[in-house]
Amino acid sequence: MPEAKTMILNMGPQHPATHGVLRVILELDGETVVKASPVIGYLHTGIEKNMEAKTYTQALTMTDRMDYLAPMSNNLVYAGAIEKLMQVEIPPRAEYVRVIMTELTRIASHLVWLGTHATDIGAMSMLLYCFREREKIIQMYEFVSGVRMMSSYFRVGGLAKDIPDGFDKRVKEILDTFPGRINEYEGLLTENKIWRNRTENVGVISAEDAVNAGLSGPNLRASGVAWDIRKSNPYSYYDKFEFDIATNDKGDVYGRYLVRLEEMRQSLRIIDQAIDGIPEGPYITEDRKIAPPPKERVLKGMEELIHHFKLVVHGFQPPEGDVYFSIESPKGEIGCYIVSDGSKKPYRVHFRPPSFVNISALNRLVKGRMVADVIACIGSIDIVLGEIDR
Amino acid sequence: MVSAVEEKLKKEYSDKIQEMFTFRDDLNVVVKPEHLPEICRYLKTDQDLKFNFLSCITAVDYLGRRQPRFEIVYMLFSIPNHYRIILKTRVDENDAVPSLTSLWETADWQEREVFDMFGLKFSGHPNLTRIIMDDDWVGHPQRKDFPLTYELPQFSFSRDDIDTRANAPWRGDNDA
Repeated sequence: MPEAKTMILNMGPQHPATHGVLRVILELDGETVVKASPVIGYLHTGIEKNMEAKTYTQALTMTDRMDYLAPMSNNLVYAGAIEKLMQVEIPPRAEYVRVIMTELTRIASHLVWLGTHATDIGAMSMLLYCFREREKIIQMYEFVSGVRMMSSYFRVGGLAKDIPDGFDKRVKEILDTFPGRINEYEGLLTENKIWRNRTENVGVISAEDAVNAGLSGPNLRASGVAWDIRKSNPYSYYDKFEFDIATNDKGDVYGRYLVRLEEMRQSLRIIDQAIDGIPEGPYITEDRKIAPPPKERVLKGMEELIHHFKLVVHGFQPPEGDVYFSIESPKGEIGCYIVSDGSKKPYRVHFRPPSFVNISALNRLVKGRMVADVIACIGSIDIVLGEIDR
Repeated sequence: MVSAVEEKLKKEYSDKIQEMFTFRDDLNVVVKPEHLPEICRYLKTDQDLKFNFLSCITAVDYLGRRQPRFEIVYMLFSIPNHYRIILKTRVDENDAVPSLTSLWETADWQEREVFDMFGLKFSGHPNLTRIIMDDDWVGHPQRKDFPLTYELPQFSFSRDDIDTRANAPWRGDNDA
């Protein structure tokens, strides 16, 4: 029981500034937050349990639905975990496209974050600008996979299909316009007096506390810890490209904002290096125990038909064992732990959701601050409830 | 890197480690639940190892496949040294595992999730309550004996059968 002098205020689960169905129970002393307890679970759909009843390829489509703002990152971590377990060799063409698409995803995710976060704090026009740019990336999704959001474009062993003609031209269009756009956002916000007043020295967390609380990604880097899985444990082809880890030592909402803006620039840098180097060759592994042969060959050859049939009916069967594979998603470290019992369905899949861990540190960020700062802090953590509740 | 960690652990805790193996370049270490906090503290504070980041806690239900039934898995990461270790501990349904909340704040929510999904208890946890499912939920969804779905009766004259709410296995008997 709280003492009589404090008041309980319920915030959410239907609240425009909680970015989904997050509910926060605030204990207030006047307008000062004594304690903030996030309540989650409103969007629980049992994704991990459902995956156990599907073949590995079928289950891949569910990963899109966790962090629906960064579907390609989720695809990559899930496919990567199985590839690690099965020791699959990925063709270079697929790796290049994977890097380009996940970096575009990072930008798209940060744009939604920037638009909604700024709107929460009162910069209403940001949302329109950010969504205008995000639309370009969503159109790229549609261009390569046929789907705007739930793309399921990465498959175990490579990609679902080859990139269409004109891919590099469209990516270059984005590369040409984007740096200017980021400068525009900076012009609107970075030196804006109101923005700085609302964000500077708000929600400060020290490096030590951030590591202890399990923060990862931009939230951790804004506290001065230069840890990026793309650099520390490079996966895919990230070790082939040059980029810097964006950090900031302020550890406040403003610091997290600066880190994400810089990350968008670094992502563009990676794409810029990768786009001209896409090699020719297969887009998915030619190991026929994992990926089906091209359709036109299935209709002509007996062996190809058998492979196709076996993969559709039985799927592939990874060896027994369990692996953990993690990548740097736009929100932080997303990890996938897969246990295989040697059958066509995963025995257990667990995702380490960065949003889940990051929001658990909310109380530490807002304790002793004003109610209005709670909004700024939730926005700055960058959460997606689909991923928290799974 | 893996071998350095392996050697160090072998030297210090050879009697407390049940099993140690490398699978797909990741070092897996199986320990008894009662030794978990001690070994974690060592891994976290040792000047050479510095496993300061607890990535993930999860569990697996090996119903009918292994004894003890559950395996709790801890993914530790060393931010300064960039390597990973997977700690495992095997428990039965009613065993309590020491909580790691005193070492890492992030263990709080992750242990609650394991409790919610598997019904495993963590001793010393400050607030071991359900986190994702409702407070009045019956059962633990990620267990292998918890059905993914259940069949509706095709046809019945009995109101009790038709009332699917009462019929659902996760509603328990107390639902009037």
